[in-house]
Amino acid sequence: MDQQDLIKEIGHIRSMMEKSSKVLSISGLSGVLIGIYALLGATAGYVVVYGFDSRFDYRDHYVTEPAVINNLIGVALTVLIASLITGLWMARRKAKKARQYIWNPSSKAMLLAMGIPLITGGLFSLILLSRGYFSLIGATLLIFYGLSLTSGGIYTFKEVRWLGILEILLGLFALLFPGYGLWFWALGFGVLHIIYGFIVHKRYE
Amino acid sequence: MGLDFSLYDKVFENRIRLQIMSVLMANDSYDFSSLKETLEVTDGNLASNLKTLEKEGYISIEKSFVDRKPNTRYKRTEKGAKAFENHLTALENLIKRQYK
Repeated sequence: MDQQDLIKEIGHIRSMMEKSSKVLSISGLSGVLIGIYALLGATAGYVVVYGFDSRFDYRDHYVTEPAVINNLIGVALTVLIASLITGLWMARRKAKKARQYIWNPSSKAMLLAMGIPLITGGLFSLILLSRGYFSLIGATLLIFYGLSLTSGGIYTFKEVRWLGILEILLGLFALLFPGYGLWFWALGFGVLHIIYGFIVHKRYE
Repeated sequence: MGLDFSLYDKVFENRIRLQIMSVLMANDSYDFSSLKETLEVTDGNLASNLKTLEKEGYISIEKSFVDRKPNTRYKRTEKGAKAFENHLTALENLIKRQYK
């Protein structure tokens, strides 16, 4: 065995271990797009609550009005659905390019690890919504999303874990400063996603 | 030179077998079709190499049914894990010798 063979041999071992246990098809650029959707959504949310050309401390509407709440839920759902479609579609494209399947044992394990905290957070927010605790929802979504990323992050790039930890911290801050939920939400789901997306894109793509 | 080359394992000289064992070291268990997709090999090639590893006692097989379709899962045995680690040590020793 010469040196070239040895290097190849170790390369096979390394690539198999990584390919079989990590989800590498997550696209960095989809992170950037999802961040942009979130910022657009946050802007739409701001307009719904504060009106178009509002001055400081002047609101056209209050968050407790049912029509406003329905509009906000509509905006949030649109952002969520657009983000899911973009994320999945770009992951499939990246997997195809690497001649891999998007469904493998590790991506299934990752989905389960992320799904449990995410669904819990979703139900938790719906309960808060039904009880009228509107000011807590921004923080709740950030915290549970962060938990979901930290637990799913074991199966993919380490940056996902860091993104999760930052989302949790932002969520906790959002709890400390009630009334600024939308700003923290825009920072967490918008700005952080864009930064994270660029980092992953630069490092791995 | 006190390096031990007896650890080198002929079973892992075959690339497919080395790759199967790598996957089973990184994962607690793996099923046939996922192995096939990961390694990008044909059914027959994969099956015959799995058979060899099983005969050596390096992997164990678990057969079950999922939605009435047969589902075969493979796991590393303790013997297999030890053999793989020894083989890695042997490769390491080979590298060390070449850089002397």
